[in-house]
Amino acid sequence: MSEPIISARLSKDFQRNIMERFIEFALLCSAAFAVFITSAIVYVLVSEAIPFFQHVSIYEFLTDTVWTPNYSIKHYGILPLISGTLTTTFIALIVAVPLGTITAIYLSEFASHKVRETVKPILELLVGVPTVVFGYFALMLVTPLLQKIYPDLTTFNMLGPGIVMGVMIVPYIASLAEDSMRAVPMAMREGAYAMGATRFQTSVRVITPAAISGIVAAYILAISRAVGETMIVAIAAGQQPNFTFNPVESAATITSYIVSVALGDLEHGGIGYQSIFAAGLTLLVMTLLLNILGHMTRKKFAERY
Amino acid sequence: MAVNQKKPSALKDLNLIRTMIRQHKRNDLAFAGLGMFVIASLTITLIILFLDLVLDGYPKFTLDFFSNFPSRRAARAGILSAWVGSSLVLIVTFIVAVPLGIAAGIYLEEYSKKGWLSDIIEINVSNLAGVPSIIYGLLALGLFVYSFGLGQSILTAGLTLALLMLPIVIVSTREAIRAIPVQIREAAYAVGATKWQVVLNHVVQYSYGGILTGVIIGMARAIGETAPLITIGALTFIAFLPPSPVTIDPPFINLDWLNAGFTVLPIQMFNWISRPQHAFHINAAATGAVIIILTVLMNGVAIKLRYNIRKKIKW
Repeated sequence: MSEPIISARLSKDFQRNIMERFIEFALLCSAAFAVFITSAIVYVLVSEAIPFFQHVSIYEFLTDTVWTPNYSIKHYGILPLISGTLTTTFIALIVAVPLGTITAIYLSEFASHKVRETVKPILELLVGVPTVVFGYFALMLVTPLLQKIYPDLTTFNMLGPGIVMGVMIVPYIASLAEDSMRAVPMAMREGAYAMGATRFQTSVRVITPAAISGIVAAYILAISRAVGETMIVAIAAGQQPNFTFNPVESAATITSYIVSVALGDLEHGGIGYQSIFAAGLTLLVMTLLLNILGHMTRKKFAERY
Repeated sequence: MAVNQKKPSALKDLNLIRTMIRQHKRNDLAFAGLGMFVIASLTITLIILFLDLVLDGYPKFTLDFFSNFPSRRAARAGILSAWVGSSLVLIVTFIVAVPLGIAAGIYLEEYSKKGWLSDIIEINVSNLAGVPSIIYGLLALGLFVYSFGLGQSILTAGLTLALLMLPIVIVSTREAIRAIPVQIREAAYAVGATKWQVVLNHVVQYSYGGILTGVIIGMARAIGETAPLITIGALTFIAFLPPSPVTIDPPFINLDWLNAGFTVLPIQMFNWISRPQHAFHINAAATGAVIIILTVLMNGVAIKLRYNIRKKIKW
């Protein structure tokens, strides 16, 4: 070998080389821990759900409209939990999509630098509010307010928590959508302005179509957040599984069912214990699909600019 | 003749165009107003939420509230076991998540080579950030509580929250490291530093503020996290304190507290909300105010810190 030896002293310094290798390995292990967590989540959920599905056929699980694993007459249909999850998510989206999109367009296209620098931290603070506090808000403030409009509304309903959940996910939509709008090249804006378009016309006809996949990705990730949200619905929507899409009724979501079972006495290995893992697996599959879809949409956007 | 005929229609067109322009300008203004209105109402919502908690809980802001155990009598109930529990759980979370998260972030930014291994790790990290928190609770229930036999202890809770916090620390570490220009590294290599010396003495030193921001945001999230701890079966009524971590006799440190049962602030709040009596709702509001003050303060510090770093550092 004709490779020049830069420093004979350093090349002989085994201790130093071994130390470097060891540290690199330790860092690799820490990074690989993320892979371990994912595999552990899948392993635990699947291995605990398998005995459940030996007891209950997947067909019954997906088609039965009654969910009563902890009563004497047992039914194992996930549909009531899914209907609750979808209804609250849908209400949240009705609130969050317009508000979040308007905020994003305003911050990205209308607001001055100073306004943007003030509003973004406020949105971040809104993200930092713990969900249990939002749950209190839904039960003690929003539902009584709604009851003044609809006197028939029960204390536990899906409307109040849905609306509060919407307020909770506005910042997610706003910041993700704003990021993608700001990523649209300045030349496109200037082109529109040069043609005499107003800021509103530019935002709606030029910027929004250009950033549409980023905006849609923001919606999808917000749906995923709403589907997995637990405390707001556990506190304010009641925890009784109910196959309905009517927002004024009380119902359980997948997450609030898990909470209600965990609050009671859990018999390790019992069917109630296994049922929360089956419910959790359903939730994981739903959010995973949404997240993958969201990331794919966003990647498509990133490729264009 | 022809000119005279043309003139009125041209004027009409001009007027039409002017109306159109006026209308578009009005739309523009209307939307700007709408945007400001939406943002103002979001801010007001945040303020109402906070004021509502503080006003409802105001009668409970006494020293007794912080030094009493929860009780069946709402007037005497306090959050002593809850705040002690929260603090101890967060200590475990901090000790586990921070070194692990920083190390993982360093590996991904400084060491990993483009390839299938780093791809898999990256996909996993971004995926973990999107997993609902209650799923971590189920993981902890199956793995820590039953497979490892750690029980429903402070250790289990701390580890669970550490898993939740890990992606936040990893992402902020990576962002902070990525902002450091390559010349800094090259300068260190040029004087003969090894990779680890470069990372430890230069890269980590300069990205300190960014990492700290992520750690604070992660801890603020861990304080308010409720669902995963309920899932592992945290008790809601605790009228005792875990053994003290520090003892008078040698070896001065007592690790029994790791195995003790516990409750935390958000679970205590949830427990009080779930009761029908209004007196307990006041306690819940006071606890909520404590939680929200803590999280808003921490997030505020983190946001300020990040702002300062952005302003100060010019490479």
